[in-house]
Amino acid sequence: MKSMQVIEQEIVEDFNLFEGWEEKYQYIIELGQKLPALDARYKTDAYKIKGCQSSVWLHGEEKEGRLYFSADSDSTFVKGEIALLMQVLSGQLAEDILNSRLDFIDAIGLRQHIAVTRANGLASMIKQMKTYALAAANIQK
Amino acid sequence: MAEFNVNEIRKDFPILSVKAYGKPLVYFDNAATSQKPQPVIDSLVDYYTNYNANIHRGVHFLSQKASSAFDEVREKARAFIHAASEREIIFVRGTTEAINLVASTYGRKHLEKGDEILISAMEHHSNIIPWQMLCGEKGAVLKVIPMNDRGELMLDKVEALLSEKTKLVSLVHVSNSLGTINPVKEVIALAHAKGIPVLVDGAQSTAHGEVDVQDLDADFFAFSAHKILGPTGVGCLYGKLHLLEDMPPYQGGGEMIQTVSFDRTTYNEVPYKFEAGTPNIADVIALGAAFDYWSRLDRKAAGAWEQELLTRATTLVSGIPGVRLIGTAAQKAGVLSFVIEGVNALDAGMYLDTKGIAVRTGHHCTEPVMLRFGIPGTLRASFMFYNTMDEVDLLAENLRNAIRFLQPQAAL
Ligand SMILES: Cc1ncc(COP(=O)(O)O)c(C=O)c1O
Repeated sequence: MKSMQVIEQEIVEDFNLFEGWEEKYQYIIELGQKLPALDARYKTDAYKIKGCQSSVWLHGEEKEGRLYFSADSDSTFVKGEIALLMQVLSGQLAEDILNSRLDFIDAIGLRQHIAVTRANGLASMIKQMKTYALAAANIQK
Repeated sequence: MAEFNVNEIRKDFPILSVKAYGKPLVYFDNAATSQKPQPVIDSLVDYYTNYNANIHRGVHFLSQKASSAFDEVREKARAFIHAASEREIIFVRGTTEAINLVASTYGRKHLEKGDEILISAMEHHSNIIPWQMLCGEKGAVLKVIPMNDRGELMLDKVEALLSEKTKLVSLVHVSNSLGTINPVKEVIALAHAKGIPVLVDGAQSTAHGEVDVQDLDADFFAFSAHKILGPTGVGCLYGKLHLLEDMPPYQGGGEMIQTVSFDRTTYNEVPYKFEAGTPNIADVIALGAAFDYWSRLDRKAAGAWEQELLTRATTLVSGIPGVRLIGTAAQKAGVLSFVIEGVNALDAGMYLDTKGIAVRTGHHCTEPVMLRFGIPGTLRASFMFYNTMDEVDLLAENLRNAIRFLQPQAAL
């Protein structure tokens, strides 16, 4: 497992290759289209994240101190954002997820393109991933 | 009739030559806010540069100049909506505040437990929530005029919904999410036959055609400067004089009083009674510049041009496979709302944004409308007279591309 810093750095380098917003958008859509499907039993209100303009369902599972996420959204762009978050966070130790700062989101210039309500949606997704991590970390103690 | 020269008109709006991501900006979010012509922008700079002062209380040169510039706008607002007297114009922050003002003065005074307020199924949240709050406080009931599948008001249901308990009807003139032009004159006549006053939400209608509040016989009429080429932060409430005179004040403070002692305050006369505190002087003056712009414009030709834009956009967009229009009323203005089968509205809206095309996605502050149509939201393109046919074509072409790009498997 690569460290989060390394993965974030790789994402930032990928994004540096893009000329502008149009290419970044297309890349994120493609990531969204490739996001593995979420198991239907998690596509319920219990797994739905509040605070997103689009519907987002997120499931996290702990295995040997590491967390593995799966998710879905009605928006392909949001799925792409989730895919980026999962590249960084999925498979990491609960402690590391809790302490992550996710500076890459600003570094790839994503935040400026999403309206305030949607940025809050992104924040809600991150918060929910950290909530899973917190639960897992507490179990270990 | 003279041809409407849109290319000449566009020169009045500097922002229309802005580039978005290096591409020419196509601005189709006019229902959210309109762009501003140069004279409106200039008037703000002119005010702050040359005669900024507080008004009505100063004896000095600047204050007199600012006061008369401010006062002139009330007459221009009167003329804009054809009110009988400029005393019937109250300056507020916008449509939202205008409605809240009526709810908390007229509404508080006249509403009692068990009374009813009647609105429609296509109201903006700002014409729902003030009444819900008032009804909650008074134990009154909010009733709703339904609409049909085309997004048209069901006029035949209105009469039965008007009861002796109805204290006010509050109705949107043109729907911001569907584009429907409502038959407000007919609804007002039905309400008046039972002695019930009517508030008209004119936030959208004022941008798309000439409004005559006396011809409509509206009792209250609300609109926002920013939707009609003016600045943000100001708008007008029109009210018939006898209603305004009978209403208690809105907020307390300076300007709205005649005499004050600790025992007792007597209030200023209408409209000042409703304008506590230092008003938004700069923006009111800039609104005056917007009124001037409208009076120089050939409004008939501008309105006809807008209808042509809407017609062309409707034809082109509804011809795209998978597109379903939301809001297909016989009488429409300015707005094309739609959903795309299998394509998320937000994704498509962002696609258009990457091409420099500004539209809006979501519920447009009309969640009950989305619920009625069983959808989470729409894509909305909204037009103003400064838009061009080329821009409409660009929208349709890029929508096709967006669908091709976003519907991967289905397209293969
Ligand atoms: C129909 C309608 N009513 C009310 C409003 C609220 O106007 P404002 O936000 O300027 O107060 C709007 C603005 O979106 C509108 O479209």
